Amino acid sequence: MGGIYIHPEKISDFEKVKNLCPFGAIEVSPDGTIQINSGCRVCKVCVKNGEPGAFEYREDVISATDKSEWQGITVLGEFLPSGEYHPVIFELLGKARELADKVGFRVSLVLIGNEIPAIPNLFWSQGADQVFVYDAPLLKYFDARLYADIVEDFALKQKPSVILVGGTPAGRSLAPRVAARLRTGLTADCTELDIQPNSDLDQIRPAFGGNIMAHIRTPYHRPQLATVRYKIFSPGQPDDSRDGEWIYCDLPDGLSASIKHIASTEKPKVHNIEDSDILIVAGRGFKKKEDLILARQLADELGGELACTRPLIEAGWLEPRRQVGLSGRTVKPRLLIACGVSGSVQFTAGMKSSEMILSINNDPHAAINQIANYSFIGDLYQIIPALLKFIKNGREQ
Amino acid sequence: MNIIVCIKQVPGTTQVEIDEKTGVMKRDTGSAKMNPYDLYAIETALRIKEELIDVQTTAITMGPPQSEAVLREAYMLGIDHGILLTDRKFGGADCLATAYTLSQAILKIGLPDLIICGKQTTDGDTAQVGSELAEFLELPHIACVLKINSLTNRSLEGVMDLGDFTQTVELPFPCLITVDKEIYEPRLPSYRKKIATRDRPIQTLSFSELPDQNPVHYGLDGSATRVMRVFPPVHHKQNQIFEGTPDTLASEISKILIKMKVL
Ligand SMILES: Cc1cc2nc3c(=O)[nH]c(=O)nc-3n(C[C@H](O)[C@H](O)[C@H](O)COP(=O)(O)OP(=O)(O)OC[C@H]3O[C@@H](n4cnc5c(N)ncnc54)[C@H](O)[C@@H]3O)c2cc1C
Ligand SMILES: Nc1ncnc2c1ncn2[C@@H]1O[C@H](COP(=O)(O)O)[C@@H](O)[C@H]1O
Repeated sequence: MGGIYIHPEKISDFEKVKNLCPFGAIEVSPDGTIQINSGCRVCKVCVKNGEPGAFEYREDVISATDKSEWQGITVLGEFLPSGEYHPVIFELLGKARELADKVGFRVSLVLIGNEIPAIPNLFWSQGADQVFVYDAPLLKYFDARLYADIVEDFALKQKPSVILVGGTPAGRSLAPRVAARLRTGLTADCTELDIQPNSDLDQIRPAFGGNIMAHIRTPYHRPQLATVRYKIFSPGQPDDSRDGEWIYCDLPDGLSASIKHIASTEKPKVHNIEDSDILIVAGRGFKKKEDLILARQLADELGGELACTRPLIEAGWLEPRRQVGLSGRTVKPRLLIACGVSGSVQFTAGMKSSEMILSINNDPHAAINQIANYSFIGDLYQIIPALLKFIKNGREQ
Repeated sequence: MNIIVCIKQVPGTTQVEIDEKTGVMKRDTGSAKMNPYDLYAIETALRIKEELIDVQTTAITMGPPQSEAVLREAYMLGIDHGILLTDRKFGGADCLATAYTLSQAILKIGLPDLIICGKQTTDGDTAQVGSELAEFLELPHIACVLKINSLTNRSLEGVMDLGDFTQTVELPFPCLITVDKEIYEPRLPSYRKKIATRDRPIQTLSFSELPDQNPVHYGLDGSATRVMRVFPPVHHKQNQIFEGTPDTLASEISKILIKMKVL
């Protein structure tokens, strides 16, 4: 059985060993026996940081897919009921092209829906070599099991090594079904991707609910699935000289819907923080809901929007759509001013590509300083009012 | 009608950090709690129980023995049965192996009419286990359900969140849903129920009781993904730090804003 194995004879301090595991999976019984419980996440921190040889990682290769049979990178495209392509497609195509060029793969795009407009040039210039279209009235509305039938059909015929899926609500519902159907790995919300010469996909994401990143691979299974949120990557430089193949695919036999569609409803349009050029982000440095008036005034003065970190949403101070971060919105404004924000990975994953980042924080060691262009060390309750006064005086002159 | 709710115990704090010098991860392992999203899943099951007659609710969790605590909490909220799925062989499971193990346990106790999962966990944070579980059980599913419009003994009509729009669908039983926070406001655990369920047993299931006895389908062996390493986040930005009185800092900020033509 693969996992972590213990060599107790190489351990000198049993008390210390208990604290080695960030998941508390190392159990020392009163009689001195030591074991690893099912809380183990195989992060290998004990192997790395324990006494030499005390913890050993063993991996059994149960069955390995022949990687040479699986070639190419596929992007699963989402087609919206509004009749538009979800823009995350172009970001994924850009990344797919970059990875494919490293290992000599082709890039394909799969589109599922009904009455999908054919605008091939758009996809060739963004990096696709082939577009596979499954177009039928039955496929008009999103149905995870039905769409998984289609992706399975595609994957078994075309055998892509990698399938990238947009981390949209539909993508996040479909990708796991596909992964389970094909008995393969899926890594959610990757923030970085790279590829090895042997086609293993390097997937980086924040992990274990903490301020840490994990590097994940799917070493023995194909295809390798990953989801990536909208606006994490940028579309590639369009190359108008590129050309490709537009292919209509037959539906697999015996296809049927698993759910009955009743209605699709567009949500009321609201001004989203993603669309704003200037964002003032409030963090837990604000002590009370009422104090947010400072951030709001600054946003108004600069013609920007107010946004916030997750704890403020959890406290019910602002609407969820104002949350920046991995579990909120990804933003890339021209200017972002973080006020009383510590800069956790989950937060920065959603804003680090902003063009100009300023931070106001009284802690000179806050992690936000590592990604801000300019950090102002001090109390936001003094700096923001001073800044507002400055702006006012400037305008009156 | 039978409902199964999948719940998970997660660390109470999200403050796991790596000490940059020693590379040791630090976490307060003492505190653990129910995954907050799973409270909404439990609440949904309880609301259905209140609406229809003869509904049995079961909570199931896979994890180390101490995860029993979340099943006790489920009892205090009003769940009828609790199942703890625990075995060393399940350790190191990724989403695929977790969902597979849950599916085997559900086949063992009997497929219910409805399975309810939380939208995501706060530690794994993948929002994958629910959909993968539906696939292993070959059930239709919808994720991120915002609202249940109506319900009969044969099907439910629910509204799923798809970003800029919602989709209302009818889903026949048996099926699986993952629920979003908007669905209902979760109730608080009841002291009366705590006393009343104090001696209520919790059923434990281990590898040897599951239908599929091939050990390579579980735990690390049954997982397709491997964590190569964990590391603290790295940043590359050029950073300039300003210190001084609020007025000096405010004037430095406004200089930047003027240069950017924001002011
Ligand atoms: C799975 C998961 C997903 C998550 N997703 C997100 C997400 O999408 N977005 C998100 O934001 N978080 C997310 N989080 C939470 C994240 O880990 C942090 O807990 C959160 O970002 C911290 O918010 P904060 O910086 O406002 O608060 P804190 O970390 O408490 O930081 C407050 C900062 O304010 C400073 N401060 C205090 N008083 C003052 C003052 N008077 N003047 C100036 N500075 C002051 C402090 O020095 C500190 O640096 C997620 C967590 C998990 C586990
Ligand atoms: N170990 C587990 N035991 C029971 N249910 C789980 C477990 N892990 C995940 N789940 C369920 O799957 C949902 C999504 O989890 P995740 O994919 O980890 O974000 C959770 O809200 C739970 O309902």
